[in-house]
Amino acid sequence: MGDLTRLTAAELAAKVHSREVSAVEVAQAHLDRIAAVDGRVHAFLHVDAEGALAAARAVDEALDSGEAPASPLAGVPLALKDVFATRDMPTTCGSKILDGWVPPYDATVTRRLREAGVVILGKTNMDEFAMGSSTENSAYGPTRNPWDLDRIPGGSGGGSSAALAAFEAPLAIGTDTGGSIRQPGAVTGTVGAKPTYGGVSRYGLVAFSSSLDQGGPCGRTVLDTALLHEVIAGHDPLDSTSIDAPVPPVVAAAREGAAGDLTGVRVGVVREFAGEGYQPGVLAAFHAAVEQLRALGAEIVEVSCPHFTYALPAYYLIAPSECSSNLARFDAMRYGLRVGDDGSRSAEDVMALTREAGFGPEVKRRIMIGTYALSSGYYDAYYGQAQKVRTLISRDFAAAFERVDVLVSPTTPTTAFRIGERVDDPMAMYLSDLCTIPANLAGNAAMSVPCGLAEEDGLPVGLQIMAPAMRDHRMYRVAAAYEVARDAGAGRFADRAPELGA
Amino acid sequence: MTATAELMDYADVVARFDPVLGLEVHVELSTATKMFCGCANVFGGEPNSRVCPTCLGLPGALPVVNGKAVESAIRIGLALNCQIAEWCRFARKNYFYPDMPKNFQTSQYDEPIAYDGYLDVVLEDGEIFRVGIERAHMEEDTGKSLHVGGATGRIHGAEHSLLDYNRAGVPLIEIVTKPIVGAGERAPEVARAYVTALRDLLRALDVSDVRMDQGSLRCDANVSLMPKGAEEFGTRSETKNVNSLRSVERAVRYEMCRQGAVLAAGGTVVQETRHFDEATGSTSSGRRKETAEDYRYFPEPDLVPIAPAREWVEQLRTTLPELPWERRRRAQEEWGLSDAELRDLVNAGALELVAETVEAGAAPGEARSWWVSYLAQQANVRGVELGDLEITPAQVARVIALVAEGTLTNKLARQVVDGVLDGEGEPDEVVEKRGLKVVSDDSALLAAIDEALAANADVAEKIRSGKVAAAGAIVGAVMKATKGQADAKRVRELVLERCGQG
Repeated sequence: MGDLTRLTAAELAAKVHSREVSAVEVAQAHLDRIAAVDGRVHAFLHVDAEGALAAARAVDEALDSGEAPASPLAGVPLALKDVFATRDMPTTCGSKILDGWVPPYDATVTRRLREAGVVILGKTNMDEFAMGSSTENSAYGPTRNPWDLDRIPGGSGGGSSAALAAFEAPLAIGTDTGGSIRQPGAVTGTVGAKPTYGGVSRYGLVAFSSSLDQGGPCGRTVLDTALLHEVIAGHDPLDSTSIDAPVPPVVAAAREGAAGDLTGVRVGVVREFAGEGYQPGVLAAFHAAVEQLRALGAEIVEVSCPHFTYALPAYYLIAPSECSSNLARFDAMRYGLRVGDDGSRSAEDVMALTREAGFGPEVKRRIMIGTYALSSGYYDAYYGQAQKVRTLISRDFAAAFERVDVLVSPTTPTTAFRIGERVDDPMAMYLSDLCTIPANLAGNAAMSVPCGLAEEDGLPVGLQIMAPAMRDHRMYRVAAAYEVARDAGAGRFADRAPELGA
Repeated sequence: MTATAELMDYADVVARFDPVLGLEVHVELSTATKMFCGCANVFGGEPNSRVCPTCLGLPGALPVVNGKAVESAIRIGLALNCQIAEWCRFARKNYFYPDMPKNFQTSQYDEPIAYDGYLDVVLEDGEIFRVGIERAHMEEDTGKSLHVGGATGRIHGAEHSLLDYNRAGVPLIEIVTKPIVGAGERAPEVARAYVTALRDLLRALDVSDVRMDQGSLRCDANVSLMPKGAEEFGTRSETKNVNSLRSVERAVRYEMCRQGAVLAAGGTVVQETRHFDEATGSTSSGRRKETAEDYRYFPEPDLVPIAPAREWVEQLRTTLPELPWERRRRAQEEWGLSDAELRDLVNAGALELVAETVEAGAAPGEARSWWVSYLAQQANVRGVELGDLEITPAQVARVIALVAEGTLTNKLARQVVDGVLDGEGEPDEVVEKRGLKVVSDDSALLAAIDEALAANADVAEKIRSGKVAAAGAIVGAVMKATKGQADAKRVRELVLERCGQG
C-alpha cells in the first residue's frame, strides 16, 4: 500500500472514494505518524484519535452503502488550528486562560469540515491567541520546524504548517491576521492561502483582530489547498462580515494553472519588498521564481506600492486595539481559568489575578498597546491614523491591480530563524510579517507557495502571490503553474524535507 | 452611607438658581428576539435559560443585527422629529463589569441612527414645552447582577453576586435630550411630563412594553444648577434608579434642593452618579466620576455599517401612529371636552383607554365616566396604574352596552366590572356566572309587587288613595326581594299601575 502519509489530499481522496483504501486506514496511518514524530515536532495540542476514527468510519460506511462522497475531500484527515471552536475537543488558542475549555458549539468552519466528511485529527499549536510569528508564544511550548528541529515553524499557525511538513496531516486549517497562514507556510515549505476577507466565515474563530482575521486552507500542494478552500468558503449568515457571493472558482483555477501556461497573465513585482533586511538567499529564490513565471508566459511588470512601508506600524496599532477589546471577555466569570476565588476577593480582583496569570507576555504587551491606542486623546493620533494608512494601502492595491492581475513578493524577508533567537526582540519578530500584512489591511486574497531553498541555509523560501478581493482564483492559477514548473524533474517539494527518522 | 444631605427650601432654590436638566431614557424594545442573536426577548424567566454563544459572549461567537430593532429605532427617531442617519455604525463601549458578557457593550457612539429632534410635552396647565432630542441610538442591554448578603442589595457589602444573562443582548434604544434650560421652577414637572409623553409615544408606536416597574423604560436624570442669569452650566449629578414617573419628578426636585444647599453654603457639587431611594425620596452618592470614564469607543468590526435606504425610511414614516398629543386635540374636539376635563383625563392616564373604549362602540361620556371614576377608584384600591388594570377597553365598552340595552343597571354593571377585574372572564360570562341580569320579565316583577302590596296593605291603601309618594316603600321591598336585579324605574311604574295610579 505504500506510505499513505506521503500522498496528497487529492490522491488520498481518490483512493478512499474508489474504496482502494478505507478512510479508517488513512486516519490510522496519520495517527501513527503523529504518535511517532509529534513528540519532537509538537504540532498538536490535542489529538482526538477516537473522534477521528469514528468520523473516518462514518465516511467508510456512507461510501460502502453506495452514497456519493460528501465532498471531494471526504475521508481525508486534517489538522485544525486550536483557535476554532470544536464541541468535542478543547479550544485553548494556545493560552492558559482557556486551558481545558470545551466550547458548547462548533465554528462554522468546523461544521463545514465535518459535513464534508473531512476527518479532524486534532487541534494544532499556535502562538497565544494567534499573536506571534514563531509559535514560541504558545503557553504549551513551541512547535519545531520539521526542516530543522532547532528552528521555528513560523507563526501563529506554526502547528498547522509543521503538521503538514512532518506528514502528520495532508491538510490543515490556519488563520491569517497579519500572515499567520502564509509565513508558517513559507518557512515550512508548504502552501497556505489567506482567502479574501469575508470569504471564509469567522463564526467560532476566536477573535484576535476582527477586521483582519481570516481563516484559510493549508496543504502541501496548490490543488489540495484549493480543494480545502472550496470546502470551508462561502457565505455564512452568522458572520455579518461574510461575503454573500459565489465562492471564487479556485479548484478550477488550480487545475487550469497545472497545465503550465501563463500566457496573458500580468504579474507585478512589488518594488518595496526587497533590499535591506532581506536574506540574499531569499531574494535569489524569489527572483528565480519570477523568471520561472516569465518562462511560463507571464508578463512581468515592476509595480510600486509606496504606502506598503507603513503597513507594519499601522497593523501594530489596529490589531492590538481590536485585541484589547476582543480579549476583555476572558475575565474568569463564565469559563476558562479562574485565579484567586477564595471567597475573600471581589470579582474585580479575581478578574485581575486571572488575567495576570492567564495571559502570556506578548498578549499582555498587545493588550496594553491597544488600550493605550484607543484611549481618548490618543485615538485620533494612533487608531485613527492607522485606519487612514489602511485606506492608502487599499488604494495602492487598487492602482496596482489596474495594471496587473496578481502581485508577487517574497512571503517573508528571511527563512526560519532559530528558536529563541528573536523572543527578546519584538521588533525583529514583527518584521517577519513585513510582506504579508498589506493584504490583511486591504482585505484582498494572498497565498504563499514554496519557491525553493535559500542557498546559505538550505531552508524553504515562500513566494507570495496576491490577488484582488474575490479574485482568489487568479493566485491559485499562477501558483499551480509555478508548482508544476518548480517540481518538474525534481519530485515533490515537500519530499525534500529531511526524514524525521520515523 | 452618607449623612442626610442639607436641603434648601424649593422656593429659595428657584429664586436663586436656574436648573439645567438632561434626561437619558433607555427603552427595551419588544422585538421577538434579542439585538444580535436569535434568543427570545422575554422579561424574566429561569435565570440563564435564554442564552446562546453570542449573547453569552463566548469566544468566537459573532453578532448579527436584528433588522426589526433597526426598524423600531428608525420609527422612534421619526416620531421624535429626528434626522435619520444615511449611514451609521455600531461602536464598542469598553469597560469591565461581570454582568456584561464581552466586557464591552455593543452600542453606538458618534454615529447614532437618529439625531437632532424634539418632543413637545404638555404641562399640567396646558402649556407646551419643547424638549430638544440630542440623539437616539441602538445598543444591547447587559445581564443582571443579584447581590446577595449585603443590607442594601447593592454590590458594596454583598457577600457574593449571582449573574443572570437572560437580559444580556436585549435591544435597547437610548434617547438623550439636549440640555433642558428655561424650565425654572417647573423643571421637575417638565421632567415628569417628558418621560410621560415619551412613554405614551413609545406605547403608541408599539415598540416597547414601556413598563418602568420591570425596567423596560429606565430614566437617568442629570441635574445641575447655575446662578440665575448665568450662562455656564453648573456641575451635574446623574441620578439613576428612577423607576416611576413620580420618582422622576421627586428625584429632580430633591437634587435641586440638595445642590442648592451645597452651593449656597459655598460648596461645590461633585460630579457623580447618585442613587434614588423610592422609600425616602432622596438620592445618595454612588460612583464618583472625577474624570470622565474612558470607554475607548471604536467602530464595531464584527458588524457592517447600517445604511437605511431613504425609501424605507419614508415608508416607515407612513407607519407612524397618530401622535398622542394630536390624538388629544382630536379627542377634545370630538368628545366636546373642556380644557379641564381633557387635563383630568390626561393626568389620570385615561385618554388612550377612553379613546379605545369609544372605538369599541361606547358613548364618549359614558366611557370617560367609567375610566375616571369607578375604574380610577379600583386602580387606586388595587395599587396599580389605570392602564394595568385587568380589564380591556373593549370589555368596558361591552359593560356600557349592557347598561344601555337595559340588561344591567349601573349598580349591577359595577359588579360585572369587579368580576372582570377579578379574572372571572368576559363581562357576559360574569353576568351569567354571578346571575346579575336585570329582572325585566314583568310577570316576575308583578308577582313580587303583589307579594309586597299584600304584605304592606296599609301602604297599598295609601297609594290607591292617591299618595303616590308612598310607592317608594313598595319599590324598596321589591328591589330587596329581587336582590337589586330589577330596574327600579320599571318597578315603580308597575306598582303605580297595579294601584290604579298608572
